[in-house]
Amino acid sequence: MAIITYRDALNQALREEMQRDDSVFLMGEEVGVYQGAYKVSRGLLDEFGPNRVVDTPITELGFAGVGVGAAMVGLRPVIEFMTWNFALLAVDQLVNSAAKMRYMSNGQVGVPAVFRGPGGAALQLAAQHSQAFESWYAHVPGLKVVMPATPADAKGLLKSAIRDDDPVVFIEGEMLYNLKGEVPEGEHIVPIGQADIKREGADVTLVCHSKSVSVTLKAAEQLAADGVNAEVVDLRTIRPLDRESVLSSVAKTHRCVVVEEGWPFAGIGAQVVDTIQREAFDELDAPILRVTGADVPMPYNKQLERAAKADPAKVVAAVNQVLYRE
Amino acid sequence: MATKVVMEALSPTMEEGRLVEWKKQEGEPVTVGDVLAEVETDKAVMELVARAGGTLLKHIVEAGATVPVSEPVAVIGEPGEDGSGAAGQREGGAERQRAGKPQTQPARSQATQPAPDRDQPTSMPPAPPAQAVIETSDATRPSPGPAKTATPPGAGSRVRASPLAKRMAAERGVDLSALAGSGPEGRIIARDLAGVAEASSTGVTPAPLPRRPTAPLTPYTDVPLTQIRKTIARRLAQSIGPIPTFYLTSEVDMERLWDSREALTAGQRGSTEAGQQVKISFNDIIIKAVGMALRQHPACNAWWQEDHIRYWNEVHVSMAVAVEEGLITPVIRHADQKGLREIAAETRDLAGRARERRLKPEEYTGGTFSVSNLGMLDIDEFTAVINPPEAGILAVGRIVRKPVAEQEQVALRRRMRITMSCDHRVIDGATGAQFLQTLKGMLENPLALVW
Repeated sequence: MAIITYRDALNQALREEMQRDDSVFLMGEEVGVYQGAYKVSRGLLDEFGPNRVVDTPITELGFAGVGVGAAMVGLRPVIEFMTWNFALLAVDQLVNSAAKMRYMSNGQVGVPAVFRGPGGAALQLAAQHSQAFESWYAHVPGLKVVMPATPADAKGLLKSAIRDDDPVVFIEGEMLYNLKGEVPEGEHIVPIGQADIKREGADVTLVCHSKSVSVTLKAAEQLAADGVNAEVVDLRTIRPLDRESVLSSVAKTHRCVVVEEGWPFAGIGAQVVDTIQREAFDELDAPILRVTGADVPMPYNKQLERAAKADPAKVVAAVNQVLYRE
Repeated sequence: MATKVVMEALSPTMEEGRLVEWKKQEGEPVTVGDVLAEVETDKAVMELVARAGGTLLKHIVEAGATVPVSEPVAVIGEPGEDGSGAAGQREGGAERQRAGKPQTQPARSQATQPAPDRDQPTSMPPAPPAQAVIETSDATRPSPGPAKTATPPGAGSRVRASPLAKRMAAERGVDLSALAGSGPEGRIIARDLAGVAEASSTGVTPAPLPRRPTAPLTPYTDVPLTQIRKTIARRLAQSIGPIPTFYLTSEVDMERLWDSREALTAGQRGSTEAGQQVKISFNDIIIKAVGMALRQHPACNAWWQEDHIRYWNEVHVSMAVAVEEGLITPVIRHADQKGLREIAAETRDLAGRARERRLKPEEYTGGTFSVSNLGMLDIDEFTAVINPPEAGILAVGRIVRKPVAEQEQVALRRRMRITMSCDHRVIDGATGAQFLQTLKGMLENPLALVW
């Protein structure tokens, strides 16, 4: 199996889907001539031409709206946001148009669009450009929210997202684009709504997604050296949430820590905790803890930024707490 | 400010308490820690202790009354204060309880009071005196509760335990209030239950295993595996193979059984119907005894089912029969309920047809326990291989006369060695040993077989 980057895995998925289905097109800022701010669309303009790889002005609300409209009349747009920080301007199209159309048309009109781009913090991009918005979109009925953590999942999930008949918010990891991993060539599909056990263990369940998966796996390694065998559950899809995988892991370990990059209040972890305490109350031997980003705008200062992010040490500390270790 | 004293849940399962005796009378001064009354819970007689001072203004219920948990029982206030306001807030339930109970549950006389040592009431688990809950609106009153760090497990009525620990305790019949928690603020967590024997420490004996039911039987009862059972299963299977087997051997004195059987067969010979009689073998008697002993020890009458254990409410004894190609185990169904003659006729028939290979599948499947006898081949003792999913098999050796100590003398007695192979995932050492003890008792005292 080829070892390629997360970036190239996304590129493969786009290329294969555009070859397979000519109703698929890519639109966004700098996706064509510049080949994408993060080079995800490299080579696509040459292969598919300017009708299917469309450079737009800096008008997020405008081209998101064009995407919703195109999807309503039968195309399958992939709308790239340079980052999800900039997509704030387009939230109205996502929430009020894309998410609602099937419901408000009594099922007559769907919006088979993918809105994709990097989310979360990179390094020293400061408060306005270092934000994780998955809980915003996951809050909205009618949207699916997908967040791959590995190159293989990135490819398989983007293909599923493009083929999905409803709008999918596809949040990539800005710090993940250079991550390398084995990716199956050709038809590789990861269904939406399925979590993945990235590491098996019996002592504690660590639920995470996207970039926090690598943070969590590092913590799990440190814990293993200390005799604690952690199970790492990568949600992969935030909504619909794979409750089954989370619950069966917690039923095995009886302890859980939820790790995420975003802010704590009303975060994804809160939703996961809610599910566990309702469905698996009698399995719990300790309160579920969450490791999140700090509840502040992301500091620009390097040390403060580091302190504000979820890291392996914080995960290890939380695990020790739910295991009642000193 | 008048405050109500309410009946508190003094044991985890308590729903109501009987107020045995008032220790403070109306008008008496009360200080923090005073015993207000003695209360009989579902487990023991415990003390209701005041945590706030004042004057006991009023008994809302009389001695002898049974009061649901959290119903008011008394009012404490300042001397001369009218307690009727607070007392009037009581709910109707207490009133009804008081009116309905006095005749049938009078207060104990002095002679039958519990031991005078109030700190250690008789037959009570090691719990501190219960504390009365004081409901008060006086916000300035200092909190009378003990410091959190000093709270021993089981103090008051609230047992802090994780949901998992509570579930495990319920499954094992363990009283959490008797355990010390190692979690924050004394929280009992799963590891605190590790190694706690089932139904420990309280004298209460819940039945984790089905007993002989009186209602119409379902054929079996499936019991989900507890955590400890899962761990035992995994670890022992790892150690010894798919079925972690252990062996228990016991030597049975067969003198009485020998004589009884001699008498029985002699009677048969004299009978006019002798031709129709079937000779009763020792094996038939052993099968009958095993069946009856299993009835008393359902823990050994079970199937291992990977994710649960099936405890059979019916007793079907498999009997190993050597045939030309190997062996087969025809089943004596309901062996515990059948008479010896019935069993004898059946074993003859089944063994005969087994050798002719004419058994139907349903005749050699569905056993709940096996018996294998090599005594007739002069084997003193042996270990038999378990016939899964059954959890036990009894290997029967020959009856041999040997010298044994008897009342300071050596006597020759007929003895027989029996060895039980147990699937440790289902049967623990003590469980198997108890079964074997019962079986030995039956064989040594054949009258037990007609109970």
